[in-house]
Amino acid sequence: MKKLSARRRHPLAAVVVLLFALAATGGLYAAFAPAGKAQADETAQSLAIEEGKKLYAVGCASCHGTGGQGTTDGPSLVGVGSAAVDFQVGTGRMPAQQPGAQVPKKKVIYTQAQIDQLAAYVASLGAGPITPTESQTDPSNADVGKGGELFRTNCAQCHNFTGEGGALTHGKFAPSLEGVSPKHIYEAMQTGPQNMPSFPDSTMPEKEKKDIIAYVKAVNGEETPSPGGFGLGGLGPVSEGLFAWIFGLGALIAVAVWVAAHTAKAKKS
Amino acid sequence: MSSQENPEEALPAEQGNAHGEVAPKDDPFADPGLPPHKPRIQDLDERAAKRSERVVAFLFTLSMIATIGFIASFVAFPIDKIVYVWPLGHVSALNLSLGLTLGIALFCIGAGAVHWARTLMSDVEVADERHAIQASPEVKAKVMADFKAGAEESVIGRRKLIRTTMFGALALVPLSGVVLLRDLGPLPEKKLRETSWDKGKRLINQNTMEPLRAEDVVVGSLTFAVPEGLKEDDHEFNQKIAKDALMIVRIQPDEIKNKQQREWAAEGIVAYSKICTHVGCPISLYEQQTHHVLCPCHQSTFDLSDGARVIFGPAGHPLPQLRIKVNDQGYLEAMGDFAEPVGPAFWERG
Repeated sequence: MKKLSARRRHPLAAVVVLLFALAATGGLYAAFAPAGKAQADETAQSLAIEEGKKLYAVGCASCHGTGGQGTTDGPSLVGVGSAAVDFQVGTGRMPAQQPGAQVPKKKVIYTQAQIDQLAAYVASLGAGPITPTESQTDPSNADVGKGGELFRTNCAQCHNFTGEGGALTHGKFAPSLEGVSPKHIYEAMQTGPQNMPSFPDSTMPEKEKKDIIAYVKAVNGEETPSPGGFGLGGLGPVSEGLFAWIFGLGALIAVAVWVAAHTAKAKKS
Repeated sequence: MSSQENPEEALPAEQGNAHGEVAPKDDPFADPGLPPHKPRIQDLDERAAKRSERVVAFLFTLSMIATIGFIASFVAFPIDKIVYVWPLGHVSALNLSLGLTLGIALFCIGAGAVHWARTLMSDVEVADERHAIQASPEVKAKVMADFKAGAEESVIGRRKLIRTTMFGALALVPLSGVVLLRDLGPLPEKKLRETSWDKGKRLINQNTMEPLRAEDVVVGSLTFAVPEGLKEDDHEFNQKIAKDALMIVRIQPDEIKNKQQREWAAEGIVAYSKICTHVGCPISLYEQQTHHVLCPCHQSTFDLSDGARVIFGPAGHPLPQLRIKVNDQGYLEAMGDFAEPVGPAFWERG
């Protein structure tokens, strides 16, 4: 103890004390905050909004403004609805890593419960598309054929005819739909994230969205058969032709060179 | 005739010196001739030759087995059977087995033939000189004489009527081909300039085939529309949709930079032709924040907030805009046809 007091005038002493103080404050907060929440005996909805507001203040406010009004770094979130939050945060696009042409999908950092709280808070800012329920996005009884027709009319121009994705202008791109959950596909159509146009229920009813989800699952799901064996990314005849020219003809040339390079003579010269 | 029937006569005298001619020592550019022949192991050792024979026979036999396998798998596998094969994934059993067996059958024939040629067929180098191309004077004279005799015997020189009518017949026959060119037509006339859009025709949502209401179209959304009355089982559906297809977006009126575009829109809802003005690809890669529309074929880019002006790519014209309004019942309807031809430019477009 004597040693400790002897060091009280050390240049780093203040830093150490500050760290202790911060740890103590944080620890006390963590210990008491849940109790405070339980005491505020309100409806689950307003509780979620309250929690979402706290998460929002930490993770989103720097770009979208303290009240979701938007800043030069991020658009306003008034009226985007809970579906947009569920999509953007649920696919890891938000919070954005860095500004750029397009915010890509990445590891999701919030739990689904936290995402729901954030969504509840943002939905409270203004009415917008609501996160769909399980039954709204379930494609099990949908019409895959009709879905294919709708997909080719509305989606295939950017996302490719089997949802492999494609390039747009200035570094933007339509992402691949492989492994995207039905809920997120539904929300993307509903809300039109980033540069994707939206396909609201007024022009594309819920049933048609289900058909599209069923089609995407049929042509780009885990169990989707590839009858020929080499899908080559499903990018179409150009990539397939290029593959045949480079690797097909390349293999023939390699075999011909190999045959000619090996002499059949008894005495190698 | 006799010299033509025996081409060997035209060959140079010194032929068949397969092991190289010895050039005069003072000629620096002399043909060095062929290198000395080296034997193969199969030429020296009969057992090695037997081995090669067995290899070739094995390859041919494998090909036969693969062909039988091809026929067997064609019979055995139903066309829709999907199996999991590592590392290809879920593949059609029929496609995979047909491809593999046919591939093996063809490859083994080729490989067997190559191995046969390289190890067992004679590989002694042989030089074979070319013939002189020119025919001998006697042959030429005989051909000319034969031709003259033939012309004489056909009486074409004497019987002028036959000659003249034959020339007439030969000259007229190609006319039938010229007449058939008419079937390349008829000319398109007004078809390139007109679409099915007309005053009062409502815009039908291509997804639901229901008429579109102004409030259905929200800012940031993308909708495709066809004219009222266009049915998919129409005889001319494909020709019509290729000109009628519309792209409907809603832009905040103050974001629309082009005055005419703002006037032709209904409450900020703009209707543009979906057909690219470059070579007519359906164009609808719409970016809702920039209002740019990109053509997937040649990357022509149009700015939908500025009269669909071309901002990039090979397209020569802005996308034609259809003038629309909201009618009394709240439905979107056209106020006439497009003001200019839709789709790619053509010679008489003006």
